[in-house]
Order: sequence, then C-alpha cells, then structure tokens
Amino acid sequence: MTTTLTPPELRPAASPIANSLTAGKLPQGAPWMMLGASLLVAAGVFGVVAAGNGSEFNWVGTLVVGAILYIVAIWLFSRIVEGSRRATDRFVTALVTGAFVLAMIPLVSLAITVVTFGLARFDAEFFTSSMRNVTGEGGGALHAIVGTLLMTGTAALISIPIGLMTSIYLVEYGRGRLAQGITFLVDVMTGIPSIVAGLFAYALFAIFWGPGTRTGIAGAVALTVLMIPVVVRSSEEMLKLVPNELREAAYALGVPKWLTIVKVVLPTAIAGITTGIMLAIARVIGETAPLLIAAGFTQSMNYNLFEGRMSSLPVFVYTQYANQGNPPEAYLDRAWAAALTLILIVMALNLIARLVARFFAPKLGR
Amino acid sequence: MNLKRFGAPAVIAMTAALALSSCAANEGGSTAPDASVSTLSGNLVGAGASSQDSAQQAWIAGFQTANPDVTIDYDPSGSGAGRDTFLEGASDFAGSDRAFKAEEVAAGGFKKCAADSSIVELPLYISPIAVIFNLDGIDSLDLEPAAIAGIFAGTITKWNDPAIAATNPDVTLPDLAITAVHRSDKSGTTGNFTDYLAAAAPDVWTSGAVEEWPLQGGEAAQGTSGVVDAVTNGTGTVGYADASRAGDLGTVSVKVGDAFVPYSPEAASAVVDASPFEEGRADGDLAIALDRNADDTNVYPIVLVSYLIGCQQYEDPANVEIVKSYFSYIASAEGQDVAAENAGSAPISDSLREKIQTAIDSIQ
Amino acid sequence: MTTATAQITAKQRPGDRVFSGSAVFAGSMILVTLAAVAGFLLIQSLPALVASNEDASILDSNFWAYVGPLVFGTVWAALLALVMALPISIGIALFISHYAPRRLASVLGYIVDLLAAVPSVVFGLWGIGVLAPAIQPLYSWLVDNMGWFPLFAGPVSGTGRTILTAAVVLAVMVLPIITAICREVFLQTPVLHEEAALALGATRWEMIRIAVLPFGRPGIISASVLGLGRALGETMAVAMVLSATGAVTFQLLTSVNPSTIAANIALSFPEAYGINVNVLIATGLILFVVTFAVNALARWIVSRRKEFSGAN
Repeated sequence: MTTTLTPPELRPAASPIANSLTAGKLPQGAPWMMLGASLLVAAGVFGVVAAGNGSEFNWVGTLVVGAILYIVAIWLFSRIVEGSRRATDRFVTALVTGAFVLAMIPLVSLAITVVTFGLARFDAEFFTSSMRNVTGEGGGALHAIVGTLLMTGTAALISIPIGLMTSIYLVEYGRGRLAQGITFLVDVMTGIPSIVAGLFAYALFAIFWGPGTRTGIAGAVALTVLMIPVVVRSSEEMLKLVPNELREAAYALGVPKWLTIVKVVLPTAIAGITTGIMLAIARVIGETAPLLIAAGFTQSMNYNLFEGRMSSLPVFVYTQYANQGNPPEAYLDRAWAAALTLILIVMALNLIARLVARFFAPKLGR
Repeated sequence: MNLKRFGAPAVIAMTAALALSSCAANEGGSTAPDASVSTLSGNLVGAGASSQDSAQQAWIAGFQTANPDVTIDYDPSGSGAGRDTFLEGASDFAGSDRAFKAEEVAAGGFKKCAADSSIVELPLYISPIAVIFNLDGIDSLDLEPAAIAGIFAGTITKWNDPAIAATNPDVTLPDLAITAVHRSDKSGTTGNFTDYLAAAAPDVWTSGAVEEWPLQGGEAAQGTSGVVDAVTNGTGTVGYADASRAGDLGTVSVKVGDAFVPYSPEAASAVVDASPFEEGRADGDLAIALDRNADDTNVYPIVLVSYLIGCQQYEDPANVEIVKSYFSYIASAEGQDVAAENAGSAPISDSLREKIQTAIDSIQ
Repeated sequence: MTTATAQITAKQRPGDRVFSGSAVFAGSMILVTLAAVAGFLLIQSLPALVASNEDASILDSNFWAYVGPLVFGTVWAALLALVMALPISIGIALFISHYAPRRLASVLGYIVDLLAAVPSVVFGLWGIGVLAPAIQPLYSWLVDNMGWFPLFAGPVSGTGRTILTAAVVLAVMVLPIITAICREVFLQTPVLHEEAALALGATRWEMIRIAVLPFGRPGIISASVLGLGRALGETMAVAMVLSATGAVTFQLLTSVNPSTIAANIALSFPEAYGINVNVLIATGLILFVVTFAVNALARWIVSRRKEFSGAN
C-alpha cells in the first residue's frame, strides 16, 4: 500500500511550505477517514491471504497493520499538505493514541477475564459464608473479605499519618542531615521486596509470641512497611508541585506555618495526595506473598487481629488456585470471584477518594 | 454543609461496621444433628505437606461436623516447614511427604512431646502421580521407565522418537518437539517422581532422587496447578502431577514387570502393601521403604506417600484425645473415602489400616 | 521555605511546634522501621553469606554463585518490563492529560487507577491462562523467521511461558503505577507555560515538548523508579508465569529462562529449612541492595534537574 502510494505523492513534498500559518490544513474528518481506509486496506490484504490459503481471518494482524498504515499515511499526508511541524504533531498524536489503545488491550482482556470467570460464583452465598467445613462446591470468602478490610485498614491507619507527616517534613521543614537521611531511607524502603517485608513481620512477631505465630496484626505490619514509602514518595512529589507563591502569599498575610500547610498547601495538593494514597492502598491490598507468610490463612471467620490466623482476599485467591481439590472448577470459580470482589472493593475505595478529593480541593480554574 | 461533609464517611463506617459484625452463614450455632453430641472440644493445629491439603480440608470438614466444638487448622506450608514447625512445637501434628529420617528421630527434641517420647508416623495419604501429556487425539501411551526418564532428562526430544514408537505401535506419533514440564518449586511430588526414575531407569536418570528439579533443561511451572496449566495450554507438553488432576489430559501407562499398568487407586495402594516398613524404627513409626521395582503387574509404582506425624506421648494431655480421634477418623474407611472423593487419593488397604490403628491407640 | 536564608527567627507558635514535632517524629519512625528491617535482614543473612554447599543443600558451591544468575534474571526481567511500559505509560498519561476530551479523561484515569489494584495473583492467573497461550504462536513465528537475531534464538517454548511473557505481565502491572503518577504530574504543568507556548504558535506536540515534558521529568523518573521497584520485587505473578530454570541467557523465547530473586524465594521458601532459609533471606537482602541502587541512581538524576520543582 505505502509503496504504491509514495512515489507520485512525494514529489510535491520536496518543496516544503515555508510559512505554516498560511499553509493548508487537512479537513476535519480526514484522520478518521484515513484510519478507516487503512483498516480497510489491511483487512483486504489479510482477507486475500485468508482466502488464498484457507486459514482463518487474522483480526490481530489486521488491526496492527492497519494502525501502522494509518500512522505512516497521516504523517505523509500532513507533511504534504500542512508542513513538517504539523506532520510531527499529527504523528505524535497518532502514536500517543496508539499507545493508549495498545495498553488497553491487555487491560481490557484482563478485565473481561476476571469479570466473566468471576461472575460464576459472584452470588449471595459467596458473601455470607466462609470456607469452614466446605469441601468441593459452595462456600464463600466472607472471612477473607473481613480479613482484607481489617488488615489493610489497620495498615492504612498506621501508614497514612506517618507517611503524610514525613512527606510534609521533607518538603516543608526538612533540610540538613536528617532530611537527607530520611529521603535516603525512604528510597531504601521502596526497595524492600514485599516477601521480605512479610518475613520481617513474621520474625518480629515470632519474637514476642513464639515461633509459628501468624496473626492479622503481623500481616498489617508487613503491609505498613510496604505502604509507608509509597505514601511518602507520592505525597512528597505532589507537595513539591504546590507553587511557592501560594505559601509566600499566606506567610505575607501572617498565617502561621502549620496553618499554611493545613489550609493552603494540603488542600492544593489533596487530589494528587489522595491518588497517591489510593495507589498505595491498591498496591498493598493485592499483596499475596507477605500475607501468606505473616498472616497465614484459615477457613474460618476471625475478627481478632491479635489472635489466630487471618485470611485475606489475595491469599484466598492464591490458595484456591494452588490447592485445588475436587472438582477443580469450584476452586477456580471461587478464586476468580474473590479477585473480582477485590477489584470491586478497590473501585469503591477509589470512588470515595475521588469524591473526597473533589470535595476538599480548592476550586481552581482548570 | 457539615452534615453533608460527615454524612458520607458515617454511612461508610456504618456499612463497614455492619459487614464486619455479620457472621458467616455456615458458622456458629453448633447444632449437632443428633443426640450423640461429642464431648470433644479444643483446637488442633497441623502444618506441612501441601499435597495433603485438599484431603486435610475434607477430613477437617468431616471431623468438625461430627465434633462441633473442635477447630482444626491445617497449614499447607510445605513438608520441610511442617516438620520444622512440629519439631519446634508450634504445631500439634505434621503432614510430610517423607518420614523423619532415623537419625532425626533419634536426635529427638520434639517440643510438643513428653521428654523421651518417640513419634508416630502414619502413611495415611497415598496419591498416585500421573505422567500427563497433551497431544491431539492421543489419550494414552505405553512407556518404558527408560523412555520416561529420557523424556524428562532431555535425551528424547521428539514425540516420534523410536523409544516412544517402539512401545506404541498402534499410535501415530506426531513429529513434534517434546516440552517436558517439571515443578519449579521444591516438592515431594518431584522427590517421589525422581525416586522412581532413579530406581527404575538408573542408567538414563543419573541425578538421583531429589525434591528440587536437578536439570536446567525443560520447562518449569509452579505447583501442581502450574504444571497442569502449562501442560494443558501448551502443545506437545508432558509433565507429572497428582493423578486426581489429570482431567482430560492423556496419561502414561508405566511398564511394570512385563505389562503396562495405567494409574488407578487400587494399583497405587498396592505398591504400599508390597513394600516393607523401614527397619530400626519404633513401634508406632510406620515409615515405608517404597519398592519402586516391584514386578507385580497389579502395582502402579509412581506414588507419593504422605505421612501424618504426631507424638507418641504428648507433654500436654489436653490434646491427646482430639489427636487420637482425629487420626482414627482419617484412618477409618469413611475418612479414606472422603479423601478419595475430594482429593483423588488411593484409600489404604485394610491390612495397613490395622497396623495404623494399633499405632494410633498407642498415643498417650 | 528553603529560600529563607536570612537568620530572622520567626515567633514559634505552639501549633507550629506541635506540627513540626510530629512531622519529625513521623520521619524518625521511618528510621526506626528501616533499622529494624535492615537489622533483621543482616542478622539472618550473615550465616548464609559464608555458607557452602555442605551447610545448605540449596547451594551448588557458594552463596555468590547461587545469587548471581538470580540477580541477572531479576534485573533483566525488570528492565524488559520497564522498556515496554515506560513509553506506553507516558503515552497514556499524555493522552489522558492533554489529548482526550476532559470528561472522557477522568473516566480513563479512573480505569487506569483501578488496574493498579488488580492483585498480582490475578495477573499471574491471566498470564498463564490467557496471555501465554495467545502469544505462543507469535513466538513460534519470531523464532522461525527472526531466529538469526540472538534475542529470538530457538528452540521456541511450547507453552509461551518465557521471560518475555513474564516481562509483558510485569509491564502491564507497572503500567498503571507509572501512568497514574505521570498523569498527575502532567496535569500540574503551569497553565501559563502551556498557554504561552501555544500563543507562540507551537503545535500541541511542541507545547508538550517544551512545557509539559521538562516540567514533568522528575515526576516521570520517580514514577519509573516506583514501577521498576514493583517489577524488581514482584513475586507471585513471575513465579506463576515464568518457566524458570535458573540459566543465565539473553534468549527471550525459550523454555530455559533465568529466575528472579523474589520468585525464587516464593518457590523455595515453603520447603526450605535450616540454613537454606538464611540463604533465601540473604537473596532478599541482595534484591534490597539492587533496588536501592536503582533508586539512588534515579534520585541523583532528579536532583540534577531540581530547578523545575515548585518548592525548591
């Protein structure tokens, strides 16, 4: 396609348009038409190939080749009609959009997989039963849901204040050795592999309560270790983006520093900070390895963080997958349903956070 | 304004409180179906082999239903971890894919047991290991031990290799590369499988019996589920896994003596009966020296025998009754059937049951 | 702020004192936690560092020979993942912040945030059940037609569970993290800068290149480091997807792949006992050091471009 088109069309492009302001412009719908044409050509090529050797029509190939054709075509046409600067702009637009679509493929595939498999057991029994005395079919994940909420909640309660205050310290107060040291240590902490955090929490509680102790609080501590650096790093980044002019204006009005932080800096950055915190929660709520080691799992309900093993949703998913009994489908269905539940919980948390952010954030002009 | 600001969190908090205070529908309310309510109560913690896990879940469910005041937790943390936890006294019993070695038993130091008590080791979970493969249109293959060893050692690389074709004259074998899938984690299944290869085809398989795959070639997958998934999703794949998980995949019949034996629960438990107990063990210590080379054609030799391990004499007498009745339940025909149904294990024979029951009765 | 070089000591209000005090306390808590973790790691690792194959059955010769291939696998997989994820993430972030219609953008941002929450086990399930079988034909084609290229040398894996698949899974996992932070940073670009660029006649891409990207560079680097951190330390997904045989090889499409430290811990820990446990914890320490080195590098790069941060 490209080879047949380029030779005749390239010649006018040899004399580039000097002034881009007076240069021509592609009509409004041109990109869409070009996209459609590219896809059609690609579909035609693959259709001929498919008809030729009797194989199945290649959808993936059509889309990929169509997209590449479009990117080349829009660049060429725009370069001819609009000049090189706009051509680059169109080219990048196509690339950015392409990147987005490309990324959506695995994400959508994942979402579809989770939802279709997850819905099979997404019923009332799943949310009202534990796995106690359940073999084969039936049973549910209430114990794991409660465990996840309790442990992640506890971890968040500990790490959000510490993480937020640390980032405030680093951005607003910190200078000199201590601040440098803490920045350094937060970096080190980001590097703690999740499984090591689990080992640490396990060993820590084994000192107090004897070997083999697995409790919900140990799981929460492991999650806290993982969560604090994420909260610090993202909040720090967001606080740094608050313009200095805002702070200076507040000081000029005689507002104390702490009030400036609470009333001016934090609200300005709240949307970003909440996103960061949500990301931190989202990261730890799906952690499997540390919870498997530190909190273990059980088939029964457990509301007590300080005594007994506690299941959580990711660990539930993992154990249902790894230790399939008979029939295996029942175990897999429970695993997928639990994964779906976990994603829905995070979705709810995320929604709440967005509402909070919208509610507290100052009304800016954008 | 204020109401609105705090309204949403309050609603969330209330919903959360409701969710947290609700009870699981299948728990609580210890309503025993009949009058013969058991008087047992207490907690029992076990840890060990993950191979036993689905059987343990079935046994626990059955036992807890009959004894509503008893809670048993089994942590499938792995055989090695299970033995360690038991040694440290953090669990009341252990599940393990191998018995404690004689010198480990002699060294003693089992913290849950009375000072100079020995331990009981009961071969209560027998699971056949199937060699599974994924080839279009082929359900079963007959293979010599040397061919199996060659496939997994990487010396046989094509499905139409003469070594495979020789024993399968009626099957059209594809000209397809073999992808041999093994466990990437350390496991008793690998240990028993390599033990078989080392015993039955020592010339081809020279790496001995090891729990961690010794070679660099081949494809690795995590856990039984990983191996089954890899074999199912691949082409020309072959692997080894608990027979209960073979599903629709093709399985290999293994040459024993001068016949090819497909896996079956009966043939698997037969190998245990055909094998002697290890010598020099205490009375309750029923460690079995598996004879992989038996040439009795009723025997399927690739099995995994997993033990339940407890103290002969517990330091704390509180748990003795629960341990005894739990182990007795597992050894009973009912318990073995439950495991066979839920985990695909091979029920133990009556003669073995007698010996095990004697050992259980000696626990105090 | 930091610009207050003149030594005028402001009146210390009680509120200020409490607030800064608690900020310092929070910072110190990090110090304490980290000291505890590091102390635990070091103490547990020491016996392993000097162990030989006589003490620990898991070792072939000594600890360093054991951990070497694992470090290679960890870094290799994470780098592959980052190479795939970073450009795409920046693309998505730009799409959401500067290309998509505003209403659509907030929905898209929400979806991407959600995906950060998908637990690694689910990525593992998806990788082994959906991605690997779907991508295997492509691998066969690559080996058949591009086998001369060293990275694509055969023999092709029959299941598609190669290090490239693991890297794709890792890339999908870190994508939402990098995207979310980049997007947030791009949105913070001063509107005046953007409008100034546009007023000078810049096209949208030129505006992004001269106003958005320079402003967002520290954020992009921070984001990629966070992403890389997750990729380096990811355990379950890699353990489930990768066919790890412990070889050191750059080939992307065969059954023989290097393992990663975290996956190796997950695979070996359940059945480990005695000094093998210490060996595994020591590999954890090495992972810790590797991740830290990457972080330090990124910090150093960011610190050279400090003039763009708002509160310097």
